Amino acid sequence: MTVQAPDLPALNTRGLSSSGVGASGWRLAWRRLRRNRAAMTGGIIFLLILFCCFPGAPLWVHFAAHRGPEVQNLTGTIMAGGHRVPVVSAGGTPIGPGLRGQYLLGADSNGRDLFVRVLYGGRISLLVGIASSALCTILALLLAIPAGYRGGAVDRGVSGILDLIWSFPVYLLMVAISASLMVSGMNLGPIHLSSSSLLIPIVVIAVVMIPYVARPIRGEVLALREREFVEAAIAHGAGPLRVMMREILPNVMGTTLVMFTLIIANNILTLAGLSFLGVGVSLLTPEWGNIIQAGFSQIVTSPMQTIAPGVAILLTSVALNVFGDGLRDALDPHGSGRTGA
Amino acid sequence: MSGTAGVGPGSTPTPLRGRGGAWGAWTRRRRLAAGPRGRGVTALRFWTTRLAGLVAVLFALSVITFLIFNVIPGGNPALRMAGRHPTPQLIANISRDWGFDKPIWTQYLDMMNKLLISHNLISYQDQTAVLPAIGRGIPKTASLAIGAAVIWLFFGVLFGVLSGLNQGRWIDRIMTVLSMGGISVPIFWLGAILLYLLTFKFRSFFLFSWIPPGGYVPFGSSPLQWAEHLFLPWICLAVTSAGFYTRVVRNSLLEVQTADYVRTARAMGLSPTRVLLRHVLRTALIPVMSLFAMDFGAALGGTVILIEPVFGINGIGAYAEQAVLQLDLPPLMALTLYGGFFIVIMNTFADLLFRRLDPRINLD
Repeated sequence: MTVQAPDLPALNTRGLSSSGVGASGWRLAWRRLRRNRAAMTGGIIFLLILFCCFPGAPLWVHFAAHRGPEVQNLTGTIMAGGHRVPVVSAGGTPIGPGLRGQYLLGADSNGRDLFVRVLYGGRISLLVGIASSALCTILALLLAIPAGYRGGAVDRGVSGILDLIWSFPVYLLMVAISASLMVSGMNLGPIHLSSSSLLIPIVVIAVVMIPYVARPIRGEVLALREREFVEAAIAHGAGPLRVMMREILPNVMGTTLVMFTLIIANNILTLAGLSFLGVGVSLLTPEWGNIIQAGFSQIVTSPMQTIAPGVAILLTSVALNVFGDGLRDALDPHGSGRTGA
Repeated sequence: MSGTAGVGPGSTPTPLRGRGGAWGAWTRRRRLAAGPRGRGVTALRFWTTRLAGLVAVLFALSVITFLIFNVIPGGNPALRMAGRHPTPQLIANISRDWGFDKPIWTQYLDMMNKLLISHNLISYQDQTAVLPAIGRGIPKTASLAIGAAVIWLFFGVLFGVLSGLNQGRWIDRIMTVLSMGGISVPIFWLGAILLYLLTFKFRSFFLFSWIPPGGYVPFGSSPLQWAEHLFLPWICLAVTSAGFYTRVVRNSLLEVQTADYVRTARAMGLSPTRVLLRHVLRTALIPVMSLFAMDFGAALGGTVILIEPVFGINGIGAYAEQAVLQLDLPPLMALTLYGGFFIVIMNTFADLLFRRLDPRINLD
């Protein structure tokens, strides 16, 4: 739940075009970002994780593991350290990690390859994290820009909605919605949500996180609408819709981008928490949170089942947070309004 | 310290107020606008709107929670109560007995009546009373949340100050890494790993041998054991906020340190410690105080749900988890209102605190 609200000054994304006169705000920000070694490392690590999970997972299965994430192997044996050892011992303890193509991180209690499961689980975690952040950011923009620009009743209405979402006990709300939807899915007119649909966690997390993104954006729009270029646009005869789309929106993109990055990390953590409570992604689909949950009962005999997916979450989340922080610094070099709250 | 008029403790915010430029002009206009009515009237109106808002939010929370469970298919409690192979007759009987066949708003009023007025709300799943169960959970959850709050506030501020005072040096880097880790770690996973490492793997190591493997001992029966049992849960619940506050305090400190009034205080020859404690921190901690109120509300009203199951603490969180998995509406309704109540109260408190500590913000 902790995403620091940036309060970036308006970027000059118009006016000075990238074609000539001088560097645009984005280009300057990119230059500053490139010089920030920590942020660049974070960004590269995140890209590497994306690579490992999306094209990497099937490649690993094809060339090294020869076994998909769902393939159980309760009775099989593999060669490890010159001996033939069972994948799952008679007592139910799965094999531990070792330097080999198959079962690199060991197996889970059903004899499935843990490393492959973590790779495939990352797909779901990252997909839900990124999709819910995107949805959340879009919804937040749709709410915050009219609220900040029109003010009055619109603003009061939107602020009321945000206050309401904000005061809901987050996990309780998500858990309640996900749990009820998971029983039998939902029919909304032509759309049918099956109970194992990934849309459920995506939508639920996105809605719950809206206030974190919408509040700082609204604040920024409030300041922007007093600026001269908005006045100029109105004087030119631009209607409210045009002003919001062409004048306000480009100027809040900096904040939006930073929030989007930080919210991804936050949403991956939230999804893992939900899965840990048994209401995020169903156990049939591997996901970092539910791999932890499944391995938790065996933590004493085979700790790797809990450690590996947790480290994956931690790494992704740190990479995104460091990158997001660097992005904020790059977009707002003077550091005004970085005090949160 | 009356000799240092203008920068003394009583008038610390003065430099902010006296600042010129657009901001000063704006505040002056606001003050003039609010002037003739007087502060009393504004405060009264402020309090009434806040209270009305509080009640409205709680009302909306209860309606939404109720609707979630009634509109969504599979939410019909009679179906679940009837067991695995229900006959239509059985379902009809259960519906009649529990009032599920009544109009939805009657059901809602009935539930709210039982929850708030007659205090005899009963769980659909195991037919136990809800409010006593919550009452039994509160001391455990409160112990957990309060202890964690003390830890995260203390370490968040300490690390943030250390980090900000040593900007760019190795200690700043270590603190940054720690805080990033704290923000990014899944707390339930941290709990599981710490339990495994400290109470199993390295149990024989003398430093960790006192840590119990979960559970809860009431403060009344043994304060020492109470603290021992809560030690790991406190840390896990505290890491996220501690990491976050370290960042906030650091950035806030760096910003305030360059303010004119701090330079003035230094120029007057005050000792660095005094400048830090009396002038810099007073302003730099304002964002932390309001964050703290909100986070404490959130911890008490929800985040505990992730920690309690890991450590086997049967507080509100564990009760909520159980109710959720059974889709048991009455406890969930009570718990949502309970959590929402704390969050709304603490948010309001955070707002008030923010206004009180930062006189630039007006009452309306």
